[in-house]
Amino acid sequence: MAAHVEGQQHPIGIYLKIWGLLFVLSTASYLVDYFHFQGYLRWFLIILFMLLKAGLIVAVFMHMLWERLAMVYAILVPTVLLMVLLGIGALEADYTFLTRGVFFVKGLF
Amino acid sequence: MTQAIRTNTGQALPLPEGIQGIVADWSSDQRAFKNVPWGKAMMWIFLLSDTFIFSSFLISYMTVRMSTTDPWPNPSEVFGLTLFGQSIPLLLIAIMTFVLISSSGTMAMAVKFGYEKNRKMTFILLLCTAALGATFVGMQAFEWTKLIVHEGIRPWGNPLGAAQFGAAFFMITGFHGTHVSIGVIFLLITATKVIRGDLDHERPGFMTGRKGKYEIVEIMGLYWHFVDLVWVFIFAVFYLW
Repeated sequence: MAAHVEGQQHPIGIYLKIWGLLFVLSTASYLVDYFHFQGYLRWFLIILFMLLKAGLIVAVFMHMLWERLAMVYAILVPTVLLMVLLGIGALEADYTFLTRGVFFVKGLF
Repeated sequence: MTQAIRTNTGQALPLPEGIQGIVADWSSDQRAFKNVPWGKAMMWIFLLSDTFIFSSFLISYMTVRMSTTDPWPNPSEVFGLTLFGQSIPLLLIAIMTFVLISSSGTMAMAVKFGYEKNRKMTFILLLCTAALGATFVGMQAFEWTKLIVHEGIRPWGNPLGAAQFGAAFFMITGFHGTHVSIGVIFLLITATKVIRGDLDHERPGFMTGRKGKYEIVEIMGLYWHFVDLVWVFIFAVFYLW
Protein backbone atom coordinates (compact mmCIF):
# COMPACT_ATOMS: atom_id res chain seq x y z
CA MET A 1 0.00 0.00 0.00
CA ALA A 2 2.80 2.40 0.79
CA ALA A 3 4.49 1.75 -2.54
CA HIS A 4 2.88 4.63 -4.43
CA VAL A 5 5.93 6.83 -4.48
CA GLU A 6 5.63 7.56 -8.21
CA GLY A 7 2.09 8.93 -7.85
CA GLN A 8 -1.21 7.13 -7.98
CA GLN A 9 -1.47 4.35 -10.55
CA HIS A 10 -4.54 2.19 -10.77
CA PRO A 11 -6.15 0.18 -13.56
CA ILE A 12 -8.57 2.11 -15.75
CA GLY A 13 -11.38 -0.36 -14.96
CA ILE A 14 -11.87 1.00 -11.45
CA TYR A 15 -12.49 4.53 -12.77
CA LEU A 16 -15.00 3.30 -15.35
CA LYS A 17 -16.83 1.22 -12.73
CA ILE A 18 -17.05 4.16 -10.32
CA TRP A 19 -18.19 6.40 -13.17
CA GLY A 20 -21.00 3.93 -13.96
CA LEU A 21 -21.92 3.68 -10.29
CA LEU A 22 -22.11 7.48 -10.00
CA PHE A 23 -24.49 7.53 -12.99
CA VAL A 24 -26.70 4.90 -11.34
CA LEU A 25 -26.74 6.79 -8.02
CA SER A 26 -27.52 10.11 -9.75
CA THR A 27 -30.37 8.52 -11.66
CA ALA A 28 -31.65 7.03 -8.41
CA SER A 29 -31.63 10.39 -6.64
CA TYR A 30 -33.35 12.00 -9.63
CA LEU A 31 -36.04 9.29 -9.50
CA VAL A 32 -36.67 10.13 -5.83
CA ASP A 33 -37.89 13.52 -7.06
CA TYR A 34 -39.58 12.15 -10.18
CA PHE A 35 -41.76 9.72 -8.22
CA HIS A 36 -42.55 12.37 -5.57
CA PHE A 37 -41.35 10.43 -2.55
CA GLN A 38 -42.09 12.52 0.53
CA GLY A 39 -41.25 12.71 4.21
CA TYR A 40 -38.60 10.65 5.95
CA LEU A 41 -38.27 8.20 3.03
CA ARG A 42 -37.32 11.07 0.69
CA TRP A 43 -34.79 12.46 3.16
CA PHE A 44 -33.29 9.08 3.88
CA LEU A 45 -32.83 8.29 0.18
CA ILE A 46 -31.51 11.73 -0.80
CA ILE A 47 -28.91 11.78 1.98
CA LEU A 48 -27.97 8.14 1.40
CA PHE A 49 -27.32 8.69 -2.33
CA MET A 50 -25.55 11.99 -1.63
CA LEU A 51 -23.13 10.43 0.87
CA LEU A 52 -22.50 7.38 -1.33
CA LYS A 53 -21.65 9.60 -4.31
CA ALA A 54 -19.44 11.88 -2.22
CA GLY A 55 -17.69 8.88 -0.69
CA LEU A 56 -16.98 7.29 -4.07
CA ILE A 57 -15.60 10.53 -5.52
CA VAL A 58 -13.31 11.20 -2.56
CA ALA A 59 -12.21 7.60 -2.07
CA VAL A 60 -11.50 6.58 -5.66
CA PHE A 61 -11.39 9.61 -7.98
CA MET A 62 -9.45 11.67 -5.43
CA HIS A 63 -7.41 8.61 -4.37
CA MET A 64 -8.09 8.97 -0.62
CA LEU A 65 -8.40 5.19 -0.42
CA TRP A 66 -4.69 4.84 -1.16
CA GLU A 67 -3.28 7.76 0.85
CA ARG A 68 -1.60 7.37 4.22
CA LEU A 69 -3.88 7.77 7.25
CA ALA A 70 -1.98 10.87 8.49
CA MET A 71 -3.15 12.67 5.33
CA VAL A 72 -6.68 11.20 5.28
CA TYR A 73 -7.35 12.19 8.89
CA ALA A 74 -5.85 15.68 8.45
CA ILE A 75 -8.41 16.35 5.70
CA LEU A 76 -11.48 14.38 6.77
CA VAL A 77 -11.56 14.85 10.55
CA PRO A 78 -11.92 18.69 10.48
CA THR A 79 -15.05 18.34 8.33
CA VAL A 80 -16.74 16.63 11.27
CA LEU A 81 -16.76 20.09 12.92
CA LEU A 82 -19.26 21.14 10.27
CA MET A 83 -21.82 18.87 11.96
CA VAL A 84 -21.66 21.26 14.93
CA LEU A 85 -22.36 24.24 12.65
CA LEU A 86 -25.20 22.27 11.06
CA GLY A 87 -26.70 21.58 14.48
CA ILE A 88 -26.39 25.22 15.59
CA GLY A 89 -27.96 26.36 12.30
CA ALA A 90 -30.90 24.01 12.73
CA LEU A 91 -31.51 25.09 16.36
CA GLU A 92 -31.33 28.77 15.37
CA ALA A 93 -33.68 28.25 12.43
CA ASP A 94 -36.27 26.47 14.57
CA TYR A 95 -36.19 29.28 17.11
CA THR A 96 -36.48 31.99 14.42
CA PHE A 97 -39.38 30.13 12.84
CA LEU A 98 -41.10 29.92 16.22
CA THR A 99 -40.71 33.62 16.98
CA ARG A 100 -41.81 34.57 13.46
CA GLY A 101 -44.84 32.35 13.88
CA VAL A 102 -45.67 34.11 17.12
CA PHE A 103 -45.11 37.71 15.98
CA PHE A 104 -45.88 37.75 12.26
CA VAL A 105 -49.21 35.98 12.25
CA LYS A 106 -51.79 38.61 11.36
CA GLY A 107 -54.50 39.40 13.89
CA LEU A 108 -52.70 37.70 16.75
CA PHE A 109 -51.75 40.94 18.48
CA MET B 1 28.77 25.31 18.27
CA THR B 2 29.64 22.57 15.86
CA GLN B 3 27.41 19.90 17.29
CA ALA B 4 24.66 18.44 15.14
CA ILE B 5 22.22 15.62 15.49
CA ARG B 6 22.97 12.85 13.05
CA THR B 7 19.69 12.18 11.27
CA ASN B 8 21.00 10.20 8.35
CA THR B 9 20.70 6.61 9.49
CA GLY B 10 22.13 5.31 6.28
CA GLN B 11 19.00 3.36 5.41
CA ALA B 12 15.35 4.12 4.80
CA LEU B 13 13.24 3.68 7.94
CA PRO B 14 10.05 1.63 7.60
CA LEU B 15 6.77 3.57 7.65
CA PRO B 16 4.25 2.02 10.07
CA GLU B 17 0.58 1.75 9.07
CA GLY B 18 -2.66 2.55 10.92
CA ILE B 19 -2.90 4.73 14.04
CA GLN B 20 0.80 4.11 14.74
CA GLY B 21 1.47 5.48 11.26
CA ILE B 22 -0.39 8.72 12.03
CA VAL B 23 1.60 9.24 15.23
CA ALA B 24 4.85 8.37 13.49
CA ASP B 25 4.20 10.65 10.48
CA TRP B 26 3.16 13.67 12.54
CA SER B 27 5.92 13.29 15.13
CA SER B 28 8.67 12.51 12.66
CA ASP B 29 10.18 16.00 12.86
CA GLN B 30 10.08 16.07 9.06
CA ARG B 31 7.23 16.63 6.64
CA ALA B 32 4.04 15.06 8.00
CA PHE B 33 2.59 13.94 4.67
CA LYS B 34 4.76 11.10 3.41
CA ASN B 35 4.68 9.86 -0.18
CA VAL B 36 2.68 12.91 -1.26
CA PRO B 37 4.16 15.76 -3.35
CA TRP B 38 3.76 18.96 -1.35
CA GLY B 39 1.73 20.56 -4.15
CA LYS B 40 -0.84 17.83 -3.68
CA ALA B 41 -0.89 18.23 0.10
CA MET B 42 -1.38 21.99 -0.32
CA MET B 43 -4.21 21.44 -2.80
CA TRP B 44 -5.93 19.18 -0.26
CA ILE B 45 -5.58 21.85 2.42
CA PHE B 46 -7.00 24.46 0.04
CA LEU B 47 -9.90 22.13 -0.73
CA LEU B 48 -10.51 21.68 2.99
CA SER B 49 -10.81 25.45 3.38
CA ASP B 50 -13.12 25.58 0.35
CA THR B 51 -15.23 22.84 1.95
CA PHE B 52 -15.77 25.16 4.91
CA ILE B 53 -16.79 28.03 2.61
CA PHE B 54 -19.32 25.97 0.69
CA SER B 55 -20.60 24.39 3.91
CA SER B 56 -21.15 27.85 5.37
CA PHE B 57 -23.24 28.74 2.31
CA LEU B 58 -25.26 25.54 2.42
CA ILE B 59 -25.84 25.69 6.17
CA SER B 60 -26.92 29.37 5.96
CA TYR B 61 -29.26 28.36 3.16
CA MET B 62 -30.70 25.62 5.36
CA THR B 63 -31.13 28.11 8.19
CA VAL B 64 -33.04 30.68 6.10
CA ARG B 65 -35.12 28.00 4.43
CA MET B 66 -36.16 26.41 7.72
CA SER B 67 -36.94 29.75 9.35
CA THR B 68 -39.00 31.40 6.59
CA THR B 69 -42.75 31.54 7.08
CA ASP B 70 -43.40 32.08 3.34
CA PRO B 71 -43.74 29.03 1.11
CA TRP B 72 -40.49 28.02 -0.64
CA PRO B 73 -40.71 27.88 -4.47
CA ASN B 74 -40.83 24.24 -5.60
CA PRO B 75 -37.42 23.55 -7.24
CA SER B 76 -38.87 20.55 -9.05
CA GLU B 77 -41.11 22.90 -11.05
CA VAL B 78 -38.84 25.96 -11.22
CA PHE B 79 -36.03 23.92 -12.78
CA GLY B 80 -38.21 21.77 -14.99
CA LEU B 81 -37.98 21.81 -18.76
CA THR B 82 -40.79 21.58 -21.28
CA LEU B 83 -39.92 19.10 -24.01
CA PHE B 84 -42.34 18.22 -26.81
CA GLY B 85 -45.18 19.91 -24.98
CA GLN B 86 -44.54 17.85 -21.85
CA SER B 87 -43.02 19.36 -18.74
CA ILE B 88 -40.38 17.15 -17.12
CA PRO B 89 -39.43 18.09 -13.55
CA LEU B 90 -35.82 19.00 -12.77
CA LEU B 91 -34.65 17.77 -16.19
CA LEU B 92 -32.08 20.52 -16.76
CA ILE B 93 -30.44 19.90 -13.38
CA ALA B 94 -30.33 16.15 -14.00
CA ILE B 95 -28.55 16.70 -17.33
CA MET B 96 -26.11 19.13 -15.66
CA THR B 97 -25.39 16.49 -13.01
CA PHE B 98 -24.61 13.84 -15.62
CA VAL B 99 -22.39 16.27 -17.57
CA LEU B 100 -20.36 17.09 -14.45
CA ILE B 101 -20.04 13.45 -13.38
CA SER B 102 -18.84 12.54 -16.88
CA SER B 103 -16.23 15.29 -16.70
CA SER B 104 -15.04 13.78 -13.42
CA GLY B 105 -14.73 10.40 -15.12
CA THR B 106 -12.63 11.77 -17.98
CA MET B 107 -10.50 13.72 -15.48
CA ALA B 108 -9.78 10.60 -13.41
CA MET B 109 -8.64 8.82 -16.57
CA ALA B 110 -6.52 11.82 -17.62
CA VAL B 111 -4.64 11.51 -14.31
CA LYS B 112 -4.06 7.80 -14.94
CA PHE B 113 -2.73 8.36 -18.46
CA GLY B 114 -0.65 11.27 -17.18
CA TYR B 115 1.28 9.05 -14.76
CA GLU B 116 1.79 6.61 -17.64
CA LYS B 117 3.31 9.55 -19.53
CA ASN B 118 0.83 9.01 -22.36
CA ARG B 119 0.90 12.59 -23.59
CA LYS B 120 -1.75 12.32 -26.29
CA MET B 121 -4.42 10.52 -24.25
CA THR B 122 -3.88 12.86 -21.29
CA PHE B 123 -4.30 15.85 -23.58
CA ILE B 124 -7.47 14.48 -25.21
CA LEU B 125 -9.06 13.56 -21.88
CA LEU B 126 -8.17 16.96 -20.35
CA LEU B 127 -9.80 18.66 -23.34
CA CYS B 128 -12.91 16.46 -22.94
CA THR B 129 -13.05 17.45 -19.27
CA ALA B 130 -12.75 21.14 -20.15
CA ALA B 131 -15.44 20.81 -22.84
CA LEU B 132 -17.85 19.11 -20.44
CA GLY B 133 -17.09 21.76 -17.83
CA ALA B 134 -17.78 24.53 -20.34
CA THR B 135 -21.04 22.77 -21.29
CA PHE B 136 -22.02 22.78 -17.62
CA VAL B 137 -21.31 26.51 -17.30
CA GLY B 138 -23.28 27.13 -20.50
CA MET B 139 -26.29 25.27 -19.15
CA GLN B 140 -26.00 27.21 -15.92
CA ALA B 141 -26.02 30.47 -17.91
CA PHE B 142 -29.19 29.22 -19.66
CA GLU B 143 -30.76 28.39 -16.29
CA TRP B 144 -29.88 31.80 -14.81
CA THR B 145 -31.28 33.58 -17.88
CA LYS B 146 -34.50 31.59 -17.61
CA LEU B 147 -34.86 32.43 -13.93
CA ILE B 148 -33.92 36.11 -14.18
CA VAL B 149 -35.66 37.04 -17.43
CA HIS B 150 -38.67 34.74 -17.57
CA GLU B 151 -39.45 33.98 -13.93
CA GLY B 152 -38.45 37.38 -12.51
CA ILE B 153 -36.35 35.90 -9.72
CA ARG B 154 -34.03 38.39 -7.99
CA PRO B 155 -31.65 38.02 -5.04
CA TRP B 156 -34.03 40.19 -2.96
CA GLY B 157 -37.34 38.66 -3.97
CA ASN B 158 -39.37 36.69 -6.45
CA PRO B 159 -43.01 36.19 -7.45
CA LEU B 160 -43.01 32.50 -6.48
CA GLY B 161 -42.67 32.68 -2.70
CA ALA B 162 -39.96 33.14 -0.09
CA ALA B 163 -37.63 36.06 -0.91
CA GLN B 164 -34.64 34.08 0.40
CA PHE B 165 -34.87 31.69 -2.55
CA GLY B 166 -33.11 34.04 -4.99
CA ALA B 167 -30.38 35.05 -2.54
CA ALA B 168 -29.52 31.45 -1.70
CA PHE B 169 -29.77 30.27 -5.29
CA PHE B 170 -27.61 32.95 -6.90
CA MET B 171 -25.03 32.86 -4.12
CA ILE B 172 -24.57 29.09 -4.05
CA THR B 173 -24.79 28.26 -7.75
CA GLY B 174 -22.88 31.42 -8.65
CA PHE B 175 -19.99 30.51 -6.39
CA HIS B 176 -20.00 26.96 -7.71
CA GLY B 177 -20.19 28.15 -11.34
CA THR B 178 -17.20 30.43 -10.71
CA HIS B 179 -15.26 27.42 -9.46
CA VAL B 180 -16.19 25.46 -12.59
CA SER B 181 -15.17 28.37 -14.86
CA ILE B 182 -11.80 28.77 -13.15
CA GLY B 183 -11.37 25.01 -13.39
CA VAL B 184 -11.99 25.08 -17.15
CA ILE B 185 -9.32 27.76 -17.58
CA PHE B 186 -6.79 25.75 -15.56
CA LEU B 187 -7.70 22.56 -17.43
CA LEU B 188 -6.86 24.30 -20.70
CA ILE B 189 -3.56 25.55 -19.26
CA THR B 190 -2.70 22.06 -17.98
CA ALA B 191 -3.68 20.50 -21.33
CA THR B 192 -1.40 22.94 -23.15
CA LYS B 193 1.50 22.07 -20.87
CA VAL B 194 0.90 18.37 -21.45
CA ILE B 195 0.75 18.52 -25.25
CA ARG B 196 3.77 20.85 -25.48
CA GLY B 197 5.78 18.29 -23.55
CA ASP B 198 6.55 20.67 -20.70
CA LEU B 199 6.01 17.85 -18.21
CA ASP B 200 8.08 15.29 -20.12
CA HIS B 201 10.99 17.72 -20.37
CA GLU B 202 10.45 19.00 -16.80
CA ARG B 203 10.31 22.61 -17.92
CA PRO B 204 9.48 25.02 -15.10
CA GLY B 205 6.04 26.58 -15.28
CA PHE B 206 4.87 30.17 -15.42
CA MET B 207 5.78 32.05 -12.21
CA THR B 208 7.61 29.07 -10.69
CA GLY B 209 11.07 27.59 -10.79
CA ARG B 210 9.82 24.10 -9.96
CA LYS B 211 10.20 21.41 -12.58
CA GLY B 212 7.09 20.44 -14.48
CA LYS B 213 5.87 16.96 -13.48
CA TYR B 214 2.81 14.86 -14.21
CA GLU B 215 1.71 15.28 -10.60
CA ILE B 216 0.23 18.64 -11.66
CA VAL B 217 -2.38 16.69 -13.63
CA GLU B 218 -3.40 14.89 -10.45
CA ILE B 219 -3.46 18.16 -8.48
CA MET B 220 -5.66 19.67 -11.20
CA GLY B 221 -7.81 16.53 -10.93
CA LEU B 222 -8.26 16.98 -7.18
CA TYR B 223 -9.65 20.47 -7.76
CA TRP B 224 -11.94 19.27 -10.53
CA HIS B 225 -13.32 16.32 -8.52
CA PHE B 226 -13.92 18.71 -5.65
CA VAL B 227 -16.08 20.90 -7.89
CA ASP B 228 -18.07 17.78 -8.80
CA LEU B 229 -18.25 16.84 -5.12
CA VAL B 230 -19.72 20.23 -4.19
CA TRP B 231 -22.33 19.80 -6.93
CA VAL B 232 -23.37 16.46 -5.37
CA PHE B 233 -24.24 18.33 -2.17
CA ILE B 234 -25.89 21.27 -3.97
CA PHE B 235 -27.96 18.87 -6.07
CA ALA B 236 -29.14 17.00 -2.97
CA VAL B 237 -29.89 19.83 -0.58
CA PHE B 238 -30.90 22.66 -2.91
CA TYR B 239 -32.68 20.94 -5.78
CA LEU B 240 -34.05 17.78 -4.16
CA TRP B 241 -35.10 19.21 -0.77
